Amino acid sequence: MAAVSGLMWRPLRQVSGLLKRRFHRTAPVALQVTVRDAINQGMDEELERDEKVFLLGEEVAQYDGAYKVSRGLWKKYGDKRIIDTPISEMGFAGIAVGAAMAGLRPICEFMTFNFSMQAIDQVINSAAKTYYMSGGLQSVPIVFRGPNGASAGVAAQHSQCFAAWYGHCPGLKVVSPWNSEDAKGLIKSAIRDNNPVVMLENELMYGVPFEFPPEAQSKDFLVPIGKAKIERQGTHITVVSHSRPVGHCLEAAAVLSKEGVECEVINMRTIRPMDMETIEASVMKTNHLVTVEGGWPQFGVGAEICARIMEGPAFNFLDAPAVRVTGADVPMPYAKILEDNSIPQVKDIIFAIKKTLNI
Amino acid sequence: MKNMPAALVSRVLRRIAQKSARRVPVASCNYSNDATFEIKECDLYLLEEGPPVTTVLTREEGLKYYRMMLTVRRMELKADQLYKQKFIRGFCHLCDGQEACCVGIEAGIKPSDHVITSYRAHGTCYTRGISVRSILAELTGRRGGCAKGKGGSMHMYTKNFYGGNGIVGAQGPLGAGIALACKYKGNDEICLTLYGDGAANQGQIAEAFNMAALWKLPCVFICENNLYGMGTSNERAAASTDYYKRGNFIPGLKVDGMDVLCVREATKFAGDYCRSGKGPIVMELQTYRYHGHSMSDPGMSYRTREEIQDIRSKRDPITLLQDRMVNSKLTTVEELKEIGAEVRKEIDDAAQFATTDPEPHLEELGHHIYSSDPSFEVRGANPWIKFKSIS
Repeated sequence: MAAVSGLMWRPLRQVSGLLKRRFHRTAPVALQVTVRDAINQGMDEELERDEKVFLLGEEVAQYDGAYKVSRGLWKKYGDKRIIDTPISEMGFAGIAVGAAMAGLRPICEFMTFNFSMQAIDQVINSAAKTYYMSGGLQSVPIVFRGPNGASAGVAAQHSQCFAAWYGHCPGLKVVSPWNSEDAKGLIKSAIRDNNPVVMLENELMYGVPFEFPPEAQSKDFLVPIGKAKIERQGTHITVVSHSRPVGHCLEAAAVLSKEGVECEVINMRTIRPMDMETIEASVMKTNHLVTVEGGWPQFGVGAEICARIMEGPAFNFLDAPAVRVTGADVPMPYAKILEDNSIPQVKDIIFAIKKTLNI
Repeated sequence: MKNMPAALVSRVLRRIAQKSARRVPVASCNYSNDATFEIKECDLYLLEEGPPVTTVLTREEGLKYYRMMLTVRRMELKADQLYKQKFIRGFCHLCDGQEACCVGIEAGIKPSDHVITSYRAHGTCYTRGISVRSILAELTGRRGGCAKGKGGSMHMYTKNFYGGNGIVGAQGPLGAGIALACKYKGNDEICLTLYGDGAANQGQIAEAFNMAALWKLPCVFICENNLYGMGTSNERAAASTDYYKRGNFIPGLKVDGMDVLCVREATKFAGDYCRSGKGPIVMELQTYRYHGHSMSDPGMSYRTREEIQDIRSKRDPITLLQDRMVNSKLTTVEELKEIGAEVRKEIDDAAQFATTDPEPHLEELGHHIYSSDPSFEVRGANPWIKFKSIS
């Protein structure tokens, strides 16, 4: 009897379970992906999608990437598409630009952007300006990527932020992801873009996991270049940032929220072309502005934002002068106490916000 | 059969002779179809054998090369004139004297091959297919210029021709990259990467050599050695002036760059070498520029008038071809004069266009910042001035 009822009940239970599943909307499992893996995924998907895409740089192939960002790609795609270069930045950046001119879609990795200074002529004069100089005849679909800005204890020659330098130049697009979603979406957009794109990553963010929304798991997930994201809505003050400092701004916002100050935190995502609309709309709402960046203050990203705010409609909505939080105006020192005080910390952001709000 | 073209030509000549009483009536001419010439043997580096020391030139080829070289020569002289009349501004680097290089190279490659060169590019622009009209109009900065007036002398592009590069030596790695694309696509195409004796000392040229050799890129590196990098002679700039050996581990050829046939054969040889998958090769073309470095350089402070005159009288590339062709009956002086008249007309018409075509619309100032993008606004000299940018 029990055996027969078991034969009857089990299938019934299974069927009812299936029916239940159809009518239940189960939440997809929250996926945690590090920034490193997000960039890796983005490159992998684009390499698979278009055989004209290839990656070159120092240690990108057999070493799996100096920071392991290109892990597994050489094994999957081989020598033709993942190319280890000698230590010749000017040479291989120029080779990448030439390949792009001739119809390929290279990703040129600089081990850090500090080394891109050796190659900066190829980035600016050969890549950025060519479409314009040729009257629209010659496009350069290339991506330059790599870690930018301060790391930890790597001292002055390995810690410079190039956002302002590259952001200065017409003809270039410059993106600066903060989290994994940014990183994957932006690298994919950059690779698909027919223009030279500089992607400024951050070494300290590579290992940080973030929740990956379901749409980011799609092979066609793109984050548009030129559009900022409001990471946190707020009413009292607009805090604009890019790259790792976005996280610090959110921490500062959390602390201030307990004191009743609601910060609107904007993640720029793109340095050039800058999304001034989003920033202006926010400032017109909150009447206060603080910019936060890792780079040096003089002629920096924050300086540009402030200048444009002055020149635009949002100026009349400011109740206090806009203020910048930046890296200290020194070459990056080595000793920990000095280094810690050479980059914007959460307390520095909170202080600037409170000063601006006069509290 | 062989006499047919000759008979045709003689008929034409007789008609012309009838038209103009001044012309000496020419008896029926028997043009040769082709002739064999001896050409200077190339010095070799890391090569067992080099290009042939004789070559066959057909009448058709000869007339084509003559016309092309003469067009480049006259175009450059016209540019000189237009510069002095202030129709051309800024930099203007002329290549008269070096015509055998651009024409000889073009004769040794296919249209589907790729070429990139330095700022002394007008001749190569022409041989790669940009019309004299478009070149001169670009020099005068008009909307009919090949870059719509946006580029100027150093930034002219066309299919399979990547300029015109203003930064000395930058074209070295770029050319190696174009060669990488050829190899990547597996299409049997090669890239000819030209640079000068001055640029040969750029570090990035050595970097390009290294990677091209390492990855066996189908790149012909061509050093146009015109003996002076701006005002500095070879000996004052280079510890080793054997530019064809400067590829170190890359084989090289030293070529008489004033002889279009020598350049042609060397280019074919080098092209075959690359196409066979052996990797890059270096070619040094020994040539000479009659003008100074640019229009702001009279070119006399670092070299003598006698030197220039000497080369003009003994090694001029156009005269050399002309003499060869006339002496072997591939053509006559009269026929070449006719070609000269046609070329003069072409240049004059082009100059007329270049000086009367309007400048680009001011609205175009912001165009061509980005490719394939929707239009956006570009800032002008103050916040109220905006230009629309269209791809």
